[in-house]
Amino acid sequence: MGLFSGLSEKLNHIFSKLTARGKLTELEIKQAMREIRIALLEADVNLSVVKDFISRVSQQAVGEKIMNSLTPGQQVIKIVNEEMIALMGSTNSALEVAPKPPTVIMMCGLQGAGKTTMCGKLAAMLKKQGKKPLLVAGDIYRPAAINQLQVVGKSVGVEVYEHGVQKPYKTALEALKVAEKKGLDTVIIDTAGRLHINDELMKELEDVKREIKPTEILLTVDAMTGQDAVTVATTFNDRLDISGVILTKLDGDTRGGAALSIKAVTGKPIKFCGTGEKMGDIEAFHPERMASRILGMGDVLTLIEKAQNAVTEEEMQKLEKKFKESNFTLDDFLTQFDNISKMGDLSQLISMMPGLGRNIKISEKDIDEKRIARFKAIIQSMTMYEREHPEIIKSSRRKRIAAGSGTTIQDVNQLLKQFEQSKDMMRAMKGGKRMPFRR
Amino acid sequence: MGFFSKLKESLKKTKEAISYKLNKLFTGGVLNDEFYDELEMIMLTADIGASATETILEQLREVVDEKHIRKAEDVRTELRRIMVEILEENPCPEYEYPLIIVVAGVNGVGKTTAIGKLAKRFKQQKKSVTIVAGDTFRAAASDQLTVWAERAGVRIVKHTEGADPGAVVYDAVMSAKSKKTDVLLVDTAGRLHNKKNLMKELEKISGIIGREMPEAMHLNYIVLDATTGQNALSQVDIFNEAIDIDGIILTKLDGTAKGGVVLAIASQLQIPVVYVGVGEGIDDLEEFEAENFIDAIVS
Ligand SMILES: Nc1nc2c(ncn2[C@@H]2O[C@H](COP(=O)(O)OP(=O)(O)O)[C@@H](O)[C@H]2O)c(=O)[nH]1
Ligand SMILES: [Mg+2]
Repeated sequence: MGLFSGLSEKLNHIFSKLTARGKLTELEIKQAMREIRIALLEADVNLSVVKDFISRVSQQAVGEKIMNSLTPGQQVIKIVNEEMIALMGSTNSALEVAPKPPTVIMMCGLQGAGKTTMCGKLAAMLKKQGKKPLLVAGDIYRPAAINQLQVVGKSVGVEVYEHGVQKPYKTALEALKVAEKKGLDTVIIDTAGRLHINDELMKELEDVKREIKPTEILLTVDAMTGQDAVTVATTFNDRLDISGVILTKLDGDTRGGAALSIKAVTGKPIKFCGTGEKMGDIEAFHPERMASRILGMGDVLTLIEKAQNAVTEEEMQKLEKKFKESNFTLDDFLTQFDNISKMGDLSQLISMMPGLGRNIKISEKDIDEKRIARFKAIIQSMTMYEREHPEIIKSSRRKRIAAGSGTTIQDVNQLLKQFEQSKDMMRAMKGGKRMPFRR
Repeated sequence: MGFFSKLKESLKKTKEAISYKLNKLFTGGVLNDEFYDELEMIMLTADIGASATETILEQLREVVDEKHIRKAEDVRTELRRIMVEILEENPCPEYEYPLIIVVAGVNGVGKTTAIGKLAKRFKQQKKSVTIVAGDTFRAAASDQLTVWAERAGVRIVKHTEGADPGAVVYDAVMSAKSKKTDVLLVDTAGRLHNKKNLMKELEKISGIIGREMPEAMHLNYIVLDATTGQNALSQVDIFNEAIDIDGIILTKLDGTAKGGVVLAIASQLQIPVVYVGVGEGIDDLEEFEAENFIDAIVS
C-alpha cells in the first residue's frame, strides 16, 4: 500500500531472504550478517569493530528462536540493536565533580571537531545547573581562536580567562587561581585542535594534564568521522587516559558509526552530543537512539512495537490467508485501514526516523490520515455484497456511496483503483511475501 | 619538500614489503579470496566505502580474468590504474581571470584556512587577490580570516558579525570590478549541509556573482575533511544541489586518514579533487595528484 515503503524496502532488501520460521539457521544468519556488515560500514563503523561485532551477534543469533511476534528479519534487527546498545553503554553522562573545587574539565580533539563551541555549550549547561563556570582559552595556535572563545563566553554569560600566546598549562594554572579567588567552581579548558600524530602538540596536552590534574578529560569527536576515528581515539586515550567522549554535529544526516567505534576501542563513556548551532544544543548521549541511527532505521523498533500492538495475530493470519486465496475483499481492506489508524499519528511515526527524511520514499499522500478516514467512510457506506464483489460497483452505486459517505465520486474511484492495485500487488507476491504488518 | 613528493619517498621504502605481503596471498598462482579480502580491507579502511569498494573490486576481478594476470604486483598495478582513472576522469577547471572562487563546506573542515592558503598561491602567481569574509555567522570568523589576509598579504572585504553575507559579496564584487581584481576568494559560513538557510544563502551569493560579474569565471569549491567518512558523499550531494560544485579541496591529509571517500564521490558525482590541504601552515596546500594519492591508499 505504499505505506512506509522507504523503510520496508530497506528491511525487505536486507531480510527478504529470511523467511523461514522457527529457529534462525546459520546460513540465514550469514546472509543477514553480510547485509548488516555493509550497513555498518556505510555508517562508518570501523572495519575491525564491525568484524568483532558481527561475530558476536552471529553467535548469539544462531539457534535463537524467533519470537512469535516478530519476523526473522525483525528478530535479527532486535539482536543487533540490543547488542549495539549494550556496547555503547549507559545513558549515565554525569560529569565528575572534584572533591575539592574547582572541578576542571579539559577538552581535546582534532582540528575542527567543535571543541570551542562545545566549551560554550558545557558552560551554559553547567550554569543552568547552578554551577559557576570559568572558560579558559588554551588554543594559542589557530588565528582568532581566543576571540572566538570570548564571543562564545559572552553569549552564554560566562567569564573567559585568557593570557595570549603562552604555554597552555601556564594559562590553565593561572585560570585555576582566578577561579579560586572568584569562587568559580568549574573550570573548562579549551585547547587547540591537533593531530594525534603530532608528538609535540600531544606532549603539550600531557603537560596540561600533569600540571592541572583535570577531573575530566573529554575527547571531542566529529560524528561524521570515518574509519580513522579508531586511530584518533586510541591515540588520545593512550596518551591522556581520557575520561569520556563528546560527539558533535549530530544534527547533520550522518549515521555516526564513529560512536560505536570509539566506545569499542576506548571503553570510555560517550557523555554528551552536540545537536545544533545554538548554545543550548547539547544533549546527554542516548545509546538506543544512536543504535537505531547507526542502523539507519530511526525508531524502527518503536514502530515494530506499535505495529504489533495494533494488529492481533489472528487478524493477521486471517488476512494473510485471504491474500493467498486471493479473495481479499474491500471489507478486509477496511480492516487494514483500521489497523493503520490504530497505529496512531502517522506523520509522527514517520518523523521518528531521523536521517531518512531525504531518502524515504513516502509521499505526502501515503501518510494523509484524512485520506484514510475518507476511504474508511467510503467502504463503510457499501453493502456487504458490494464489499465482496467490488466489480459490481458501477456509476449509480458509486454516486450513492459517495453521497452516503460524504465524499465525491472521484474519491470512490480512487479507492477502488487503489484496492485493485493492492490486489495486483498481492497476486505478484504469489503469497510468498509477508504483509507489511505481519506480526 | 612537498607533501606528495615526501609521500613518494616514503612509499618507495614500503613498496617491497607490500608486494611480499600480497604475494604471500597467492596460492599456487591463483588469486584466492583471501587476497581480495586483503584488498577489500585496505580499501574499506581508507574510507572508500562498501559500495564503491565492491564496484572497484568487481571491475578488478574482470580485468584480472581477462588479462590472465597471475602476479600480485600486477594486480596491484591494475587496481591502482582503475582507481586513478576514476579520479582523473573529471578534469580540474582551467583558470581564467577575473576569477571568483566560492569556498563552501560544513563546520570545521578548513574553509577559512584553505582560503588563506589559496590567497598566497594566487599572489605568488602575481595575481591581485581579495578575500571576502562571507562567514558572518561564526564567532570571530572574520577576525580569523583577517589574520590569513595579513599572512598572505592580500586585501579583505568584511562587514560586521551577523551582517548579510550577500551584502558583503556584493560590495566585494563591486570593488573588484573597479579595482580590476584578478581573484576573489569568498569564505562562507560552515554549517551543516542539511540546514535550508545556509543553502539559500549560498544560492543567493551565487546569484549575486552571476548577475553582477557575469564576465568572471565563477567556481564553487567544497572543502572536505579527509577524516570524514561516508557522510562526505551526502555533503557534496546536497551542496551540489544548491550551487554547482566544480571541485573539491581535501584537507587534513597530514593526519592518518586517507580520504578515500573522494573515490566514491568522483565516480558517483563526477567532481574532481583540485587541491589537498596537508597542514596548518600557509604553504600547506598542494595540487591534487591522483597517482600519489592512490599509492598512499594501496600500500
Ligand atoms: N592538520 C590540518 N589542519 C587543518 C588543515 N586545514 C585546516 N586545518 C585546521 O582545521 C581547523 C578548522 O579550520 P577552519 O579553516 O577554521 O575551518 P572552517 O570552519 O571550515 O573555516 C583549524 O584549526 C585549522 O587550523 C589541514 O590541511 N591540516
Ligand atoms: Mg571558517
